[in-house]
Amino acid sequence: MTRTETARPAAAGSVEVRDLTREFRVRNGLTVRRLTAVDHMTWSIAPGEAVGYIGANGAGKSTTIKMLAGILVPSTGEVTTCGLRPVKDRRRLARRIGVVFGQRSQLWWDLPVRESFGILAAIHSLSRGQERARTDELVETLDMGDYLGTPVRQLSLGQRMRAEVAAALLHRPELLILDEPTIGLDVLSKQRLREFLVRERAEHGTTLLLTTHDMGDVERLCDRVLVVDHGRLAYDGTLDGLGRTVGAERVLIVDLAEPHGDLEVPGARHLRSEGGGLRQQLAFDPAATTAARVLAAVSERVEVLDLTIAEPDVEDVVRRIYERAATSTS
Amino acid sequence: MGDGAFAETRGQVRAALRPYLAVLASRVRAQRAYRTSFRADLVGAAVVGLTEMAEVVVLFSAANGTLGGLDLAQALLVLGLAELAFSSADMMFGHVDNLAQQVRAGTVDILYLRPQPLLAQLVTSDISLRRLGRSAVAVVVLVGALVVNDVDWGPRTVVLLALSLVCGFAIFCANYVGAGGLQFFLLNAQEVTNAFVYGGRHASTQPATVWLRGITVIFGFVFPMAFCAYLPAMLLLGEPGAPWLPAWLGWFAPVAAAWSWAFGLFAWCSGVRHYQGGGG
Ligand SMILES: Nc1ncnc2c1ncn2[C@@H]1O[C@H](COP(=O)(O)OP(=O)(O)OP(=O)(O)O)[C@@H](O)[C@H]1O
Ligand SMILES: [Mg+2]
Repeated sequence: MTRTETARPAAAGSVEVRDLTREFRVRNGLTVRRLTAVDHMTWSIAPGEAVGYIGANGAGKSTTIKMLAGILVPSTGEVTTCGLRPVKDRRRLARRIGVVFGQRSQLWWDLPVRESFGILAAIHSLSRGQERARTDELVETLDMGDYLGTPVRQLSLGQRMRAEVAAALLHRPELLILDEPTIGLDVLSKQRLREFLVRERAEHGTTLLLTTHDMGDVERLCDRVLVVDHGRLAYDGTLDGLGRTVGAERVLIVDLAEPHGDLEVPGARHLRSEGGGLRQQLAFDPAATTAARVLAAVSERVEVLDLTIAEPDVEDVVRRIYERAATSTS
Repeated sequence: MGDGAFAETRGQVRAALRPYLAVLASRVRAQRAYRTSFRADLVGAAVVGLTEMAEVVVLFSAANGTLGGLDLAQALLVLGLAELAFSSADMMFGHVDNLAQQVRAGTVDILYLRPQPLLAQLVTSDISLRRLGRSAVAVVVLVGALVVNDVDWGPRTVVLLALSLVCGFAIFCANYVGAGGLQFFLLNAQEVTNAFVYGGRHASTQPATVWLRGITVIFGFVFPMAFCAYLPAMLLLGEPGAPWLPAWLGWFAPVAAAWSWAFGLFAWCSGVRHYQGGGG
């Protein structure tokens, strides 16, 4: 990875979480219950890393992110983001991190995208020159030229998400935190956003922390995965390692020109056939082979009309990890 | 040297204000973009102001022209001062009172991601220009009351007027800040905080002489609404004031404003510390 900006502080974009816990008091009628959303987590992210933070709904991902950004006060434990204490140094930290919550907007819904960027530039005290250079760069790489003058409320979800990511990157943060950035996006929009993020990181060395329910995001963007389950860290390592430990497989679904008996292909396992063999599903381990190799092997045997690849979903992976933990302790 | 230092300070002030002004300017543009509805809103706000005035007139005619030792003209002076201060505060701080909604919508989380103090961001996140309609009515009532009443014009009167308006404005703003702070704790409590914001506004337009003792303590000293308009007006008119609230206390309006802000900021800061995040 080439870094163009060398004058960054030592802790640039790093995150350190020690024994971090957050409880909520949940009122249920008259009774108040304590809910532990984040439960004694310890991990860290080095400058420049790209980390996927995955887990089922309600696992505690957004809660962790809010503590990293200084929005929520930890119940116990410590957080250090970019070398700063998020709650105490919130305002200084805000200049050094960019955060996108996929489900809320930091843009002004009634203003054109361009004006929202202008206001954010003022908020981050960018000079006119810096503002212009950075906006131009982001508009070009995110291909936003067509809708810069459109009010945010009229944007499609994909367009809005690109604008949100640009808004979070306007002040060149060292650390970019994305909480479900691809939620609701179609395949093409997801692809575009991922490509942009890869490029942005290659150019600026931005640290990335990403939560998602789409394993595709993690696969394309992250060197490392943290799996969180019921507020606890369940896995910390590479994605390949995760695939190996849980045996998460991708599934190639092919539509054939004519019916065929169950396909037998090296490196893949036949799952099932439909339509008398017109559509077949083959599972393969992404660590051992590639979709292209499996497809090539299939094509040698029959004519393929169409194909899709189903990613293992995060819920499935997490469930497997959980099962593994349960069986290994019993 | 002095000039250089001055220019530098001015530059710094301008840089510090730039984020807020950028947001406010965009809010003003957005409101003016819908001209017809903006005009209708202005008129609507003016009608609210007129209704407040009509209420006082009706009340006084029902009470044969005097209430709590004031005649109608004097009461309108109190009303004009209170309404002008309140409508200005409402214009600039009114949306702070919608905090619970903003928490639920997640917009408060977004404010945490920006390098300015939260309260300053929230206050400058919007401005309700339509409230100018109500302020306009208040100005007319105030000017009319100053003409009709027997007011000695001089520096003392001007100082008192300014004191009353500035401190009244500050006290009403502080009430909004306190109400916002409480809503961090009580997300469904806007009714409660409304009672205290609008109850306070209503109290500020009344002659304190009609208050029961308990109310005098609450609106005289705890939420010092009597300092917004009633006490300064009594000083302007040379009236004695109310038992427990003699007119000379009106000179202490800045103290009342400072106390209100201390209370409001305390509620606000406790609320921020208590914040649980906007869900999701
Ligand atoms: N403000 C709050 N008050 C009470 N409980 C909360 C609050 N915020 C989160 N929780 C609870 O904490 C737990 C973790 O929530 P969190 O939003 O961190 O999950 P998540 O991993 O981001 O899930 P998702 O994938 O659905 O976004 C959930 O059980 C949630 O109900
Ligand atoms: Mg979440």
